Amino acid sequence: MSTFFVILIGQILVNNYVMCQFYGICPFLGVSKKVDTATGMGLAVTFVITVASFVTWLLQQLLNMAGLQYLQTIVFILVIAVLVQVVETALKKLSPSLYQALGVYLPLITTNCVVLAVAQKNIDVGYGLLESTLCGCCSALGFTLALVLLAGIRERMEESEMPAWMQGFPGALIMSGLMAIAFMGFGGLI
Amino acid sequence: MAKKATVGKTFFNGLVTENPTFTLMLGMCPTLGVTTAAWNGIYMGLATTFVLVCSNLFISLLRKIIPDKVRIPCYIIVIASFVTMVDLFMQAFMPDMRAILGSYIPLIVVNCIIFARAESFAAKNGPHLALADGLGMGLGFTISITCLAAIREIIGSGKFFGMEILPGYEPMAIMTKVPGGFITLGIMMILVNAAKKAITRRRAARKEAAA
Repeated sequence: MSTFFVILIGQILVNNYVMCQFYGICPFLGVSKKVDTATGMGLAVTFVITVASFVTWLLQQLLNMAGLQYLQTIVFILVIAVLVQVVETALKKLSPSLYQALGVYLPLITTNCVVLAVAQKNIDVGYGLLESTLCGCCSALGFTLALVLLAGIRERMEESEMPAWMQGFPGALIMSGLMAIAFMGFGGLI
Repeated sequence: MAKKATVGKTFFNGLVTENPTFTLMLGMCPTLGVTTAAWNGIYMGLATTFVLVCSNLFISLLRKIIPDKVRIPCYIIVIASFVTMVDLFMQAFMPDMRAILGSYIPLIVVNCIIFARAESFAAKNGPHLALADGLGMGLGFTISITCLAAIREIIGSGKFFGMEILPGYEPMAIMTKVPGGFITLGIMMILVNAAKKAITRRRAARKEAAA
């Protein structure tokens, strides 16, 4: 039980993929203009990463059996691309409203490096199936947390008077830096 | 871009005008993740350049064969093959650097620079232009991340390319950590934007003087 708790706290706060390890920066800066879209993106990513962690763990066992470990990158990225496509098609049929809301962000999940990074971390650390899935889910929740927090801050920044040279990406980057300092406070928690 | 794109112009476009880091804002993860020391920046940049050049060339050669509907999976396979080659090469010949760059090497697969150039340039242009574009973009990326890395290395550990240059300097460790990366890139971006504005203003002034 304690292992699960360590994964939970570790992946969401202490080793947050965005704020402490520099993964998934592109969507983090690109989709963080509005809280609504940030939340939607975060949830879609959470779903994809959770399923991807499950599937890639199973596939890695197959690769190990066949002695084809060097194909890991190719196999994983293909699985992730297919999975994103499946999620997109399924959402289109099952929940058109959610599909409309997420729209453009769905295909972008393929190039979110958190997905691949988590899948590889699970294999490197040697997690079991259940731990891998949980680790994937928690990492994605950590990503969502950082994304929504930054989106909230950027919404406020839009309303306040910023010097022209700080508007847009420079401001967002410096704000992320300050957030990262705050997240450093969680270091050593586990 | 102008209608008649030449090789030189395409190369320069990738290197400066549309620099992937400062203008297109692509490939942010390795840009921030590995730039704690200048050598890391150079190796990461060269590895990305190799993948970018090769994938651009192949995708450009195959652009008439690949059906439009399945182009994304095709691109992924081409890119992932080259990334695996780089990864295995580094594991065999420079294991120390591979250990430092860690999972960022396999993650070149999802570097959006490579996807973006495949989709928006290589799929529409001939192989010689695609090659020039890959080389220009790749070197532009290498130069910008090496600059970022050098700044962070000097302030964060008092070294320049691994050499001690500031004896008796108390290193500011936070610069080699995550917040330092974000803030340095933010400040560099402000400076680059200011420089760009100054250049356009001067050009406009010169045009006015000529007229």
